[in-house]
Amino acid sequence: MTPEINLTRDPAHLRHGSNIGQPLTRRDGVLKVKGEARYAADNHPPGMLYAVIATASIARGRVTSLDVAAARRHPGVVDVMTPSHKPQLAEDPDAKTNPFAFRMEVLQSDEVRYANQAIAVVIAETLEAATEGAALLSPRYDVAPARVGLDADESYTPPVVGLGNPAEVHHGDADAGLAAASQRIEAIYETPAQYHNAIEPHAIVAAWNGDRLSIDTPSQGMVLAQMRIGGLFGIPPGNIHIRSPFLGGGFGSKGLVAGPQILGIMAAKLVGRPVKLVLRREQMYGPVGHRPPTRQRLRIGVGSDGALTAIEHHAKVTTSSFDDFYEPAADVSHALYATPAIKTSHEALRVDSGTPLFMRAPGEATGSVALESAIDEAAFACGIDPLAFRLKNYAEVEPATGRPFSSKALRECYAKAAERFGWSRRPLAPRQMRDDAGFLVGWGMGTAIFPALMFQGNARAVIRADGTGAMETGAHDMGQGAWTALAQISADALGLDLEQVAFKSGTSDLPDAGIAGGSAHTATVGNAIHNAGAAVIAKLAGLATSDDRSPLFGAGNAGVIARQGRLHRRDDDVRSESYADILARAGLAEIDASGSGAADPAAQSQYAMHAHGAVFAEVKVDPNLGQVRVTRMVGAFAAGRIINPRLVQSQLYGGMIWGMSFALHEEAVTDRRSGRILNANLAEYHVPVNADVPPMDVITVDEHDPHVNALGIKGVGEIGITGSAGAVANAVWHATGIRVRRFPIRIEELVTGLSD
Amino acid sequence: MMNFDYVRPASVAEAIGAATEPGSVYLASGTNLLDLMKGGVSRPSRLVDVTRLPGLDRVERLADGSLRIGAMVRNADLAHDPDFAKAYPAVAEALLSGASGQLRNAATVGGNLLQRTRCAYFYDVASACNRRAPGAGCDARHGENRLHAVLGWSEGCIATHPSDFCVPLVALDAVVEIEGKRGRRELSLEALHRLPGDTPERETALEPGDLIVALRLPAEARSFAAHGRYIKLRERTSYAFAVVSAAASLRIEQGRIGEARLALGGVAAKPWRARAAERLLAGASLDAAVYREAARAALADAKPSGDNAFKIELAQRIVVRALTLAAAGTPALMPALPGSPFSSVSGTRA
Repeated sequence: MTPEINLTRDPAHLRHGSNIGQPLTRRDGVLKVKGEARYAADNHPPGMLYAVIATASIARGRVTSLDVAAARRHPGVVDVMTPSHKPQLAEDPDAKTNPFAFRMEVLQSDEVRYANQAIAVVIAETLEAATEGAALLSPRYDVAPARVGLDADESYTPPVVGLGNPAEVHHGDADAGLAAASQRIEAIYETPAQYHNAIEPHAIVAAWNGDRLSIDTPSQGMVLAQMRIGGLFGIPPGNIHIRSPFLGGGFGSKGLVAGPQILGIMAAKLVGRPVKLVLRREQMYGPVGHRPPTRQRLRIGVGSDGALTAIEHHAKVTTSSFDDFYEPAADVSHALYATPAIKTSHEALRVDSGTPLFMRAPGEATGSVALESAIDEAAFACGIDPLAFRLKNYAEVEPATGRPFSSKALRECYAKAAERFGWSRRPLAPRQMRDDAGFLVGWGMGTAIFPALMFQGNARAVIRADGTGAMETGAHDMGQGAWTALAQISADALGLDLEQVAFKSGTSDLPDAGIAGGSAHTATVGNAIHNAGAAVIAKLAGLATSDDRSPLFGAGNAGVIARQGRLHRRDDDVRSESYADILARAGLAEIDASGSGAADPAAQSQYAMHAHGAVFAEVKVDPNLGQVRVTRMVGAFAAGRIINPRLVQSQLYGGMIWGMSFALHEEAVTDRRSGRILNANLAEYHVPVNADVPPMDVITVDEHDPHVNALGIKGVGEIGITGSAGAVANAVWHATGIRVRRFPIRIEELVTGLSD
Repeated sequence: MMNFDYVRPASVAEAIGAATEPGSVYLASGTNLLDLMKGGVSRPSRLVDVTRLPGLDRVERLADGSLRIGAMVRNADLAHDPDFAKAYPAVAEALLSGASGQLRNAATVGGNLLQRTRCAYFYDVASACNRRAPGAGCDARHGENRLHAVLGWSEGCIATHPSDFCVPLVALDAVVEIEGKRGRRELSLEALHRLPGDTPERETALEPGDLIVALRLPAEARSFAAHGRYIKLRERTSYAFAVVSAAASLRIEQGRIGEARLALGGVAAKPWRARAAERLLAGASLDAAVYREAARAALADAKPSGDNAFKIELAQRIVVRALTLAAAGTPALMPALPGSPFSSVSGTRA
């Protein structure tokens, strides 16, 4: 069943010209408010059983025994899946079959690679029976010492960072640049392990029918999931039907199908019945990726004129003991500030954790907080206002490559956000401002940047005999608003009003929309939709302009435009014909056409493509107790064409709040002896609550970009974090004069330096 | 599933009978107990639901001027009772600084007194914890312990008591009324919670079957109404336990402190009454130097149990702050952010 979402349109939705650019509310909002949006774990096919994972309490070693008999004896338990009792897989789950294939633990051995790893799965008639069965397994272990933290083991230079970026990049001579500098800053910043913590846990409902598999699971990449699952189970990817209409957040953790989801499918195969498997919160701290801890050293040289002479950015990161993902933290320094010399490098070590993976702005978020802090330190060392310093070192071309930017309205972002914030009244020195109640007040800023990426995506456009249209694409709505924004693009692509377009999405039987990641989904799928719409309109125009009974006869395909369900001659607007009339005369029930969206390699090699922004933050700090409170944030962002300003504003708010969270709240605490994460729950792993979130302003700066793609879209999913964490950290310094270089900023770091 | 009996007794006597058997525990709203059961930290064989026992949900003024609060009164109801907040402002502020709105709506007065520590090693059943498994050892002692106790801890346990509510209560000489196998008795709240010593598993002075039926604030507790505050440092503005907290209540007579009541939270396995500081403050002038001296006295016996030396300094500072704010007077309205040093701050436009 393909979900179809009907539009309820309030007067705010009245169309004024193009659908693109309208601040429509979410089309799925009413469903969600009424609890009618069906998430993966809401499905209960007949005969379904519940599977619960038993997890390792050690971080490294082997399972030597499991009391399977005790679990099996428990009333309601149907089966216990273990390394010695499980369906055979067609492919080694540790085989690196493609760059997106990360190793996973699906009971292939008794080895334990990290705490919270699956070591067995109990399948039962009820969730409670499966849960108790898992508790009764009482595992025993052969324990090896856990490696925890950034100094746990020998380090090495990773082969690549991120997805295939070089681990070291040199541009110019950084050593010479530093030697020639009149001011040099060297500082080390540390960021902690962080976990995605989407509110919806990873869940799967899997049902086999012969060699066909039907699954409900939240996914940011259904076709990648089909390929991975098909490979593991030895069935064609097309035999796998995935429904993923709604995600309760993904943030990268649902980009690739993870071990627990495969275990759910294996469990269904083992028992021959549909099975539901939902991770508990603490089980999300391990097998579904995380942001690794980093230790970053920045060396910045500045000449007597305030111009940068060099940026050297070195990042040490962790990866797992058994796979390779390296947070590209230093790469953020490639594109932001003009300097004749850039050197970035990475260093890695293996620890006994799950494999780190993409987490909202992977590399950019960690790198930005260090770079923006260091730039702030450099500005102060030079006695220059932080904004003036950034403007002085404004990059007119991409510093590491010399390529021109496809568009870059960062100057406007700085100007608009600074004005809204009132930045010009900021004293240069720290600890100069107090409010009426005597709290220290500090103002800080950071520059936001995120690459404008595109993946590959497809869409199918349909025009029906009644003159309405449909657009089909297997896109992913993680909560960011794809159901709405992509429908808006669809309506414009088809020359129809939004109500006249059935927008179908969220299942794997629709055209492959690629992956919802890299802030690239709207750009990728939007352009696929745009091209599919253009193709079907061209087909329709072909029917009309070659038919001598049509008023458009002889106009040629390029001689007509589509508008509100009619084709018009470009050179004579009154000559037009409705879609329905054209199809009726041709005797067709519908016509369709496909389109794809992908980056243009020629434009990509010629231009540097990035979204930019500027974030300003005010904090208040208790001068004696050291407690910090963010009291306002202003961000201005230039991210190409904005499809839906309301949704974009929400994305940017969310990113800025995440940045504040990065600066002040989030940290996974691991016991240094056992390797177990001690705060794997939402009570103790802190993210901001409503009361932490200050009044916020988001300004979107118009930016016309003819190079990124036909629609001019850059993407807004991740940029809001970058710049924001640094802005908050810099504001804390400005309030207190204390530079905290370990994140999150803790009260103990401030309290000893404060006295009143 | 993990099977257990669930009984809903009709009377206090019946409840005590049901709860006396080994493996039985009382269930109030379960905001703590059910989490502990889900995590396998607590595996009772019988839950005795006391939420519907008659007569335990009333707040009444007794003839001697004391206030008797039934054990099943909800935290939110008590905190939002205007008469209560006016008479015992530090208690109301502490209640509203705790947990979240949803939890306060569910949690009961009696249950709050008996909530368990939030030490991560207590919750992690794979860790050694003397409180959970006597004799197992204490993995917190040399583990991640920046938020652990600085007062009254032992080598066997460095956990803290998490309650905000109990901190001003212990300062105001609250008394708990207990029904048990041998009838009714009373205990000062200060004597209810135990320090760990060699027996950290014995968290309270309660005996099997004992049921807290009411909490009583003595008549004298009202005499601090004009100068009562609860200040709590925490790592986010709501839904976070105290790093350190302090309840200060003063009776000011002719410009001097007639009597002071002071207690700290987040520093020990029990709400920590600072009697030495109170003695220093009695009769003293309203002076920052006096508050600092009192703070030093309150923390005189403190020592770090791990990476938490900062808490000793922080606790002294929060004592000074709580005394300063209490001396300035109870706010006419409950602060928008109860317990926060930023209680009056909101975002401002430049």
